[in-house]
Amino acid sequence: MEVVQLQTRFVEYTASLFREGYLDAQFTQLQQLQDESNPDFVVEVVSLFFEDSERLLNDLTRALNQQSVDFKKVDANVHQLKGSSSSIGAQRIKNACITFRNFCDEQNIEASLRCLQQVKQEYSLVKNKLDTLFRLEQQIVAAGGSIPVME
Amino acid sequence: MSGFSASGKVFDTIFLESKSAFICELPSAQAKNSGGIFKPDLANGENDRKLCAERSPKRVEVSDHSPSASRELHVLAVDDSHVDQKVIERLLRFSSCKVTAVESGRRALQYLGLDGDKSTVGFDALKVNLILTDYSMPGMTGYELLKKIKESSTLREIPVVIMSSENILTRIHSCFGGRGRGVSREPVKLSDVKRLKDFVLRGEGEENGVTGTHKRKLQDNSMPPSSSSSSSSLSSYQSPSPGPMSSSESLLSSDGSSSPQPSSSPLLLKSLSKRPRLRID
Repeated sequence: MEVVQLQTRFVEYTASLFREGYLDAQFTQLQQLQDESNPDFVVEVVSLFFEDSERLLNDLTRALNQQSVDFKKVDANVHQLKGSSSSIGAQRIKNACITFRNFCDEQNIEASLRCLQQVKQEYSLVKNKLDTLFRLEQQIVAAGGSIPVME
Repeated sequence: MSGFSASGKVFDTIFLESKSAFICELPSAQAKNSGGIFKPDLANGENDRKLCAERSPKRVEVSDHSPSASRELHVLAVDDSHVDQKVIERLLRFSSCKVTAVESGRRALQYLGLDGDKSTVGFDALKVNLILTDYSMPGMTGYELLKKIKESSTLREIPVVIMSSENILTRIHSCFGGRGRGVSREPVKLSDVKRLKDFVLRGEGEENGVTGTHKRKLQDNSMPPSSSSSSSSLSSYQSPSPGPMSSSESLLSSDGSSSPQPSSSPLLLKSLSKRPRLRID
């Protein structure tokens, strides 16, 4: 595919992610921090985020399936996940975490389990989207083009 | 820009309007506009630059300058989250700061030589200009770290900024009670770092006697006698209405500029310095 076509696709895809609320302005901030001296910054941060999130989601699953649920621990984990998703601009995950924490406050196991499902779903969605986005970037670079800067 | 948003939540730090009007007359301010932080084709950057220009045209220039002006700030960043740490580090380095990143309050104290052992490396050698710490961390919270630092005669002059995503007023109250002062929103952005740098650099400028007039003017404009820190910050917090503000310092812009989206959980960063009188050893 031609560079211009790839770039257009990239721009449109990125725009849709913002439009649909998967990403917010913080993601743009990350993109602004990427430059020739740090060309892989966004991918690196996002990869770190994926690692952290998977660990947290596993911990949460374990914690909520205990005989006696330690809500303090659950809340602390959700708080962490909320923080890191906020840091990379993963808006929908962040919002799902906020809802989750409310139910933690109420110590509502049923609702918390549902929230966990919701968070996992959002995580899965955004991971796919970002993987697609990064793949597009790679294709652009491989075709000799530069990655458009989003406004 | 200060005080409370319509929803009644404290949404950003309190800005000393009069101070923002001052031009920091460091040698580097005379130099060309570095324009280093914001790339011309990035809308966000341009907006921030415009905002800075509106407040005080020269402010933009004082920032990420070459080390030759010996204004490269050394920031100690404390955060237990790998993701946040990476972002903060990059934000700071992008803004030409030297960064030391540690993952806990304990480590931070070790680095600063406050962990009880007589450090072989004296504080002078470290020359940390600013401490940026997360609030909620396992073991020692950012606030507890702040307290330890302020208890130290050698280190208490270093501005400490706490980052928090908690939008709970009680936390802020407690922070203010412990001489906390401003709050900043998470996630931290480039524009936040800019203002932090300006804030710290201005303090250093004063120390060097370059901005002698600033000091006097500052004192005129501040509410209580400027040298008192905790009481002034408390009082300024309690009267959070905008306007010719007290001596408390806002390091971050208002909601409009740095946070385009409605943030449901604004990060409240507290600037915990006394007046920005950094001792340059």
